[in-house]
Amino acid sequence: MADMKVYFDHNATTPLHPEVKKEMIAAMEMFGNPSSMHAYGREARANVEDARRKVADFIGAQENEIIFVGSGSEANNTVLSLFVCSSSQCIPGYRRSTIITTKIEHPCVLETSECLAHQGARVKYLNVDRYGKIDLDQLAGMLGDDVGLVSVMMANNEIGTLQDIEAITKMVHACGAFMHTDAVQAVGKVPVDVRKLGVDFLTISAHKIYGPKGIGALFVKHGTPYCPLIRGGHQERGRRAGTENTLGILGMGTAVEMRRIEMPEEEERLLFLKQHLKKGIEESIDDISVNGHPTDGLASTLNVSFTGVEGEAILLYLDLEGIAVSTGSACASGSLDPSHVLLATGVDAELAHGSIRFSMGRETSMQEVDYLLNVLPPIIKRIRNMSTAYIKGGLHAASR
Amino acid sequence: MLQAGEWAYSETLKEHFMNPKNILQGENTDDFDGVGMEGNLQCGDQMMVVIKVDKEKDTITDCQWKTYGCASAIASTSVLSEMVKGRTLDDAFHISPKEVALELGGLPDHKIHCSVLGDKALRAAINNYYTRNGQEEKVKQEQARVICQCMNITDHDIEDAVLEGARTYFELQERTKCGTVCGQCKDETEVLLEKFKHIHFGA
Repeated sequence: MADMKVYFDHNATTPLHPEVKKEMIAAMEMFGNPSSMHAYGREARANVEDARRKVADFIGAQENEIIFVGSGSEANNTVLSLFVCSSSQCIPGYRRSTIITTKIEHPCVLETSECLAHQGARVKYLNVDRYGKIDLDQLAGMLGDDVGLVSVMMANNEIGTLQDIEAITKMVHACGAFMHTDAVQAVGKVPVDVRKLGVDFLTISAHKIYGPKGIGALFVKHGTPYCPLIRGGHQERGRRAGTENTLGILGMGTAVEMRRIEMPEEEERLLFLKQHLKKGIEESIDDISVNGHPTDGLASTLNVSFTGVEGEAILLYLDLEGIAVSTGSACASGSLDPSHVLLATGVDAELAHGSIRFSMGRETSMQEVDYLLNVLPPIIKRIRNMSTAYIKGGLHAASR
Repeated sequence: MLQAGEWAYSETLKEHFMNPKNILQGENTDDFDGVGMEGNLQCGDQMMVVIKVDKEKDTITDCQWKTYGCASAIASTSVLSEMVKGRTLDDAFHISPKEVALELGGLPDHKIHCSVLGDKALRAAINNYYTRNGQEEKVKQEQARVICQCMNITDHDIEDAVLEGARTYFELQERTKCGTVCGQCKDETEVLLEKFKHIHFGA
């Protein structure tokens, strides 16, 4: 029944870039273990190191500062776990056991932090304002000589808000702590230079930038304390055990290379599409609110709350029309709570349940945005027609 | 890419979601004999059910509804509104979420709590009818007592599960999903589990 198949969920994952696909297919026969000394191994090793160079170049790092890992989640787990390890062999003399992070991090940071709190770490959570920006004054108040690590995501996956990582890092370093940023949603969408940012750790994932799933990278600044999360092998210079995901690494290298070429011209185009989408929604649908920062956010991400409508219903009606989006509704997540990110920005729970994230990518066209704008208003109207939120005397009436 | 078989819900549920039956048009409920409202918007679901009653026969002639809810809530109430037509008030009052889920061709586990509001609102509407028509004596309080608030599991559901074979807290959770969200009801559930095992099986 759907006329078109339109993918507006690039923050969840992206399709492989055709070049990545081509390179990976061409390399399918490459099976050598990069640790082997023979020709098979050397071929694989050459490809791994070539990809490492591309990733390092892309973020302004040195090659030996890049560790390939299984996912962004693994990279984040690795960094956080460094700071509760009590072995003096891991981080000699390092005894700062407070970790500061934010209320809008990805669950892989929040849940790991919770787990570390049970292991004796002190974890403090920074608030965000209504646009999703952290409060630098609150950070200043939290920083002290007990703080070992500050972890703040560069771009938020749900609302796209960007943080000023450079300024945050300066504050963090001034108190002698280390700085990590989960840049999974930022790298490949906005310019990222680890030297300019000054960070000690930075997380990247390949599948958010048209690379394969199951591969990510962790930047660890030269000289920074480190101990592996996965032990028992010399791979990645002893920093991440396990035979390298050679095909994934190769794919990631190509994905990053393609981003380097395509990213510069893309932001303006996406920003235009986003403005067009936002304007179109505002003009055709009443009672909506846009979540996230009005200017300081990802060009690809638009998060909108629709009053009186439950997000999962919108998602599934759009799905029936061939349009893929995601929602902050509890119903879609399997838990009973709506998006922790939207709640942290002070959005009312009802509006969080009624939120939809549209995330665009390199192939998103004006035609697709127009198709969405054509399909969405009747769906919202239809759901609102059956919604109790619009009944006089209903529970919602008093607040309207 | 999106084949029917990959839909997380049954075909019946999908059909009721795409073409929900008996939605109350507009806001006016004056023409109806009973109105029931349950749930709230903050929790992400709210349900209103309105009924017309044949006062001679005590049967439901029409049932309409509105909801703020997800696909499961929409589809389950759509099905429910079809199921109750022609039934006596007493009969309709005793329709369980289980029957509704069965009629829908099953629901994914994590969606069951989304579907229970429909029959709750229906019972509220029936009670509302009794109250309006000077039949307060017929107003039935929820006879079953809700033990697990999160999954809306009553002492009756726990008893049923024991009768169907659950003997441990874990087995009870497998069958009813009680205590699988916040877990606060664990102590009370365990007491009931022992009680029903003793009553029915002398264990």
